[in-house]
Amino acid sequence: MAERKTEERSLLTKLSQIDRRILFLLIFACATIPLLLGAGLRMSVTAPVQGLYDAIDGLEAGSYVWLAADYDPGSKPELSPMNYAIVEHLFRKDIKVISGSLWAPAPPLAQAVFDEMAPRHGKQYGVDYVNLGFKEGREAVMVSIAEDLRRTFPEDHSGTPLDSIPMLEGISNLQDVEMIICVSAGYPGIKEWIQQIATRYDTAIGGGVTAVSGPEMYPYIQSGQLVGLLSGMKGAAEYEQLVERPGLGIAGMVAQSSVHVMVVIFIIFANIVYFLEKRRAR
Amino acid sequence: MTKYILIGVVIALMVFAVASGRLSGASFGTWIAAMLTLAIFSFLYKDNPIYKFAEHIFIGLSAGYFVALEYWNVFVPNLWNPLLESFRTVSPSGLMLLVPFALGLLLFARFFPKIAWLSRWSMAAMIGSYAGLAIIGALQGDLLAQIRANMIPFLSPGSLTGLKAAAGGNAFFFAILEVLRNPLIVIGLLVTLVYFFFSREHKGGLGAVSRVGVWFLMISFGASFGYTVMSRVSLLIGRLHFLMSDWLGIIH
Amino acid sequence: MRTEIPVAIAFVAGMLMVVSLFVPHPFIAEPAAVMRSWAIIITAFAYVLGVANIARISLHTVKKRTTDWQYKGALVVALVAMAGVGVSRGIQTGGLFDWAYLNMYVPMQATMFSLLAFFIASAAYRAFRARSVEATLLLVVAVVVMLGRVPVGEKLWPGLPAFTEWIMEVPNMAAKRGIMIGAALGAISTGLKMILGIERSYLGSD
Repeated sequence: MAERKTEERSLLTKLSQIDRRILFLLIFACATIPLLLGAGLRMSVTAPVQGLYDAIDGLEAGSYVWLAADYDPGSKPELSPMNYAIVEHLFRKDIKVISGSLWAPAPPLAQAVFDEMAPRHGKQYGVDYVNLGFKEGREAVMVSIAEDLRRTFPEDHSGTPLDSIPMLEGISNLQDVEMIICVSAGYPGIKEWIQQIATRYDTAIGGGVTAVSGPEMYPYIQSGQLVGLLSGMKGAAEYEQLVERPGLGIAGMVAQSSVHVMVVIFIIFANIVYFLEKRRAR
Repeated sequence: MTKYILIGVVIALMVFAVASGRLSGASFGTWIAAMLTLAIFSFLYKDNPIYKFAEHIFIGLSAGYFVALEYWNVFVPNLWNPLLESFRTVSPSGLMLLVPFALGLLLFARFFPKIAWLSRWSMAAMIGSYAGLAIIGALQGDLLAQIRANMIPFLSPGSLTGLKAAAGGNAFFFAILEVLRNPLIVIGLLVTLVYFFFSREHKGGLGAVSRVGVWFLMISFGASFGYTVMSRVSLLIGRLHFLMSDWLGIIH
Repeated sequence: MRTEIPVAIAFVAGMLMVVSLFVPHPFIAEPAAVMRSWAIIITAFAYVLGVANIARISLHTVKKRTTDWQYKGALVVALVAMAGVGVSRGIQTGGLFDWAYLNMYVPMQATMFSLLAFFIASAAYRAFRARSVEATLLLVVAVVVMLGRVPVGEKLWPGLPAFTEWIMEVPNMAAKRGIMIGAALGAISTGLKMILGIERSYLGSD
């Protein structure tokens, strides 16, 4: 009897101290297999995502938005799908897009989105959209361009003076754009746009964040400082569904689901082992 | 054992891709990207020289990338071009840019112990500006706006009507949640603030209130944990998608 | 000279930023705009300083042949090559710099962050225990959110996404707002201390 108890305990100890690489393999399998199978799932759209969609949908053709691409490759799978889906919506609505970035690694990522989407919608650089590139200076840049765009961005990402870009004629600062849409991976990002610009210049702000910073954005949604928000790849997937342009967001949702289920199983299983161990110890 | 399984999985995927004649489609750049991706993934087995090499190359590349971006997107358009222009036109306001130029160079005084203190001037200009911006940001964007946003009716009249109208089951459950919405927002904020701000020992009534504050915080930390898992998993999916789609071509 | 001037500079710079919010008159607004454009340039120099520091420390390791010097050598080569190509040949789409960014920088950074998926999953297995009421609350909410935020949760119970959204909008929001108000007060007081010269740790020691 005592032997059996010791055996059970050693099994429990083994289970609770399982080689983490086995856990890694399970996670790997859960993420890979659904991607290989290529299944897609429909989902309900959450209120913050619908909020952003409605806000963009309410903009008039020909109006301007500032698309702040404030992210880097470290969060690309979450934020690039958002960027694609949002640009799809903006181009469809014939809204003029000025893109700028406070993150140095962002301009090529933003450019890749335009390079793919512009030909599809027959949009022309400098007429329908422009990529102003990166500018150092975080909040200082935000407040500066709210007052005077050309002082801070004398040229676009490829060195063309702003004065020779047709669509920017008549745009002197951020107060001339209808909305700021920020795709944000952290600091400086959507939080700082809200802090510096939303109240001071009464500009509508919406956008998307990595899921990590999703929960801390809710106070801004409730206060109305954010018109809408996409959180993580799921937010991107919902937006892709709204604009009916399936991308990595929707493609990743089955894999996302299966890994979440696996993590939940980990938690439940580990807690059962924990309680059994505790009972044996007594 | 795990090592062999991992190698086996990679080989199996490659064989599958070669067999289906799709590998030829991947460019040289994609191959480099795939190899570097696998080099970083090798850390999952254990820290190893291939990972370390890739990691150091990455740090070097990213540092170099920043220098080039600062050069073309900041130094050239915001400093160099306007300075040259003002030298040509002898514009005193443009020449003022010599001040941030000098302050920027002074930062490098840090490398020379005897004059290292000079870099403080530049630091002070930066720190002072950002501190000022942070103050107004926190004040107008967070403090005032958030306090104002919490001034809501304790019970929303609409939610009570909704409760009366709700039939049983899910509708009733969600109607109750709607009734609880405003009271929980008001109480939740107050108890969280009590937990944070009262430095007196949390005993008696204060202790009970701050304990409820901790519960609210725990709920929010649980939500944050769930979202963090979501975030990390998405990043993994992104990489796997790249390997299987762009490189191996086994999914589209 | 060593302390008073930097404190005075920080005061002037900080006050310009703060006062320009309340006094939009050009008398204040213009110097504030100039100060912001200066801050942008100085910050860019600060980044270059940081990079120079990485290069200096790495080169020192290579020279001394201390542990891992080979890796530091690779780091310096990558740094010089990337910066050299970028500065000399430009950063335009389709160029060599852009190629290195897309095929080297992007995959490595993205993969480094994706490793965290494995570690957070293993942490969930090893450390997430219902040891107390608080820990249980955290755990249960985490599980609900994890299931409620993916399409599979909807298949389990159609009301789960709406319930998860309620958790996010009500208790989570209230607590996050509390944290936000606390952080805002902290940021304001720290900012004021810096501008007024009470907090001087950024000056370093003599």
